[in-house]
Amino acid sequence: MNPLAGFLLVAALLFSIGLAGALTRRNAILVLIGIELMLNAANLNLIAFWRYGPHPEALTGMMFAIFSIAVAAAEAAVGLGLVIHLHRHAHTTDLDAMNRMRG
Amino acid sequence: MSFAFYLIAALTLAGGLAAVLLKNTVHCALSLTLAFAGQALLFLELDAQFAGFAQILVYIGAVAILVVFAILLTKGSETPKGSVYSRHSLAGLVIAAAVFAMLGWAVIQSLPAVPRGPASTPSVTVLDIGNALISRYVLPLEIVALLLTAALIGAVIIAMHEKERAK
Repeated sequence: MNPLAGFLLVAALLFSIGLAGALTRRNAILVLIGIELMLNAANLNLIAFWRYGPHPEALTGMMFAIFSIAVAAAEAAVGLGLVIHLHRHAHTTDLDAMNRMRG
Repeated sequence: MSFAFYLIAALTLAGGLAAVLLKNTVHCALSLTLAFAGQALLFLELDAQFAGFAQILVYIGAVAILVVFAILLTKGSETPKGSVYSRHSLAGLVIAAAVFAMLGWAVIQSLPAVPRGPASTPSVTVLDIGNALISRYVLPLEIVALLLTAALIGAVIIAMHEKERAK
């Protein structure tokens, strides 16, 4: 099999696993875990296209992946801060139990 | 495709699946760390050393620890008694399967056009990456610095303990 296609298929599978986790779990932290998995799959695609693309020395895909990692870290910090705040407010991290937008 | 690729891919996907499927939240966080490690190995397999080690530093060193801290702070470490899946989990599964079918179909369909890439490994050193970061990509670098500062302050303000309101 073509090496790039193999990496793309792994990334697609990882993205679907993350999407399934984000859509099916109740715990807000596990939804964030699913989102992290999806971001990781996107990074894998970027790096794979950088490696097998025509101009790897231009570093475009690599830079995109590095900036994406930084943005994902910021997202995780803010998301988990929100979860902690919600837990303090509603005393649960169950997303099905959170059905109001005002406290 | 080498044997190492299949091994690492299986490790990553097993970690991801366990992170999504396990009941205990702490076990999920540990499986997530396994998935992150597998992903870093995939980056190394793709000759992206810098991205691989950045992945280990940022994801395993920071994000996974942050997730564990959040689990412990929200008392989510015990296994829940009821179902861990939400009411609409069937619809979520169907959507995820449909997305995978579409992505897989797109990859398989474009197989003849997929570039095989240069046979030799691209010689990209950390020096090249650093030079590119402070020359061509200096504006994104500064924006990311600003974003990280804003996220740091924002996360602290959001999670900061509010004083009890006077009743």
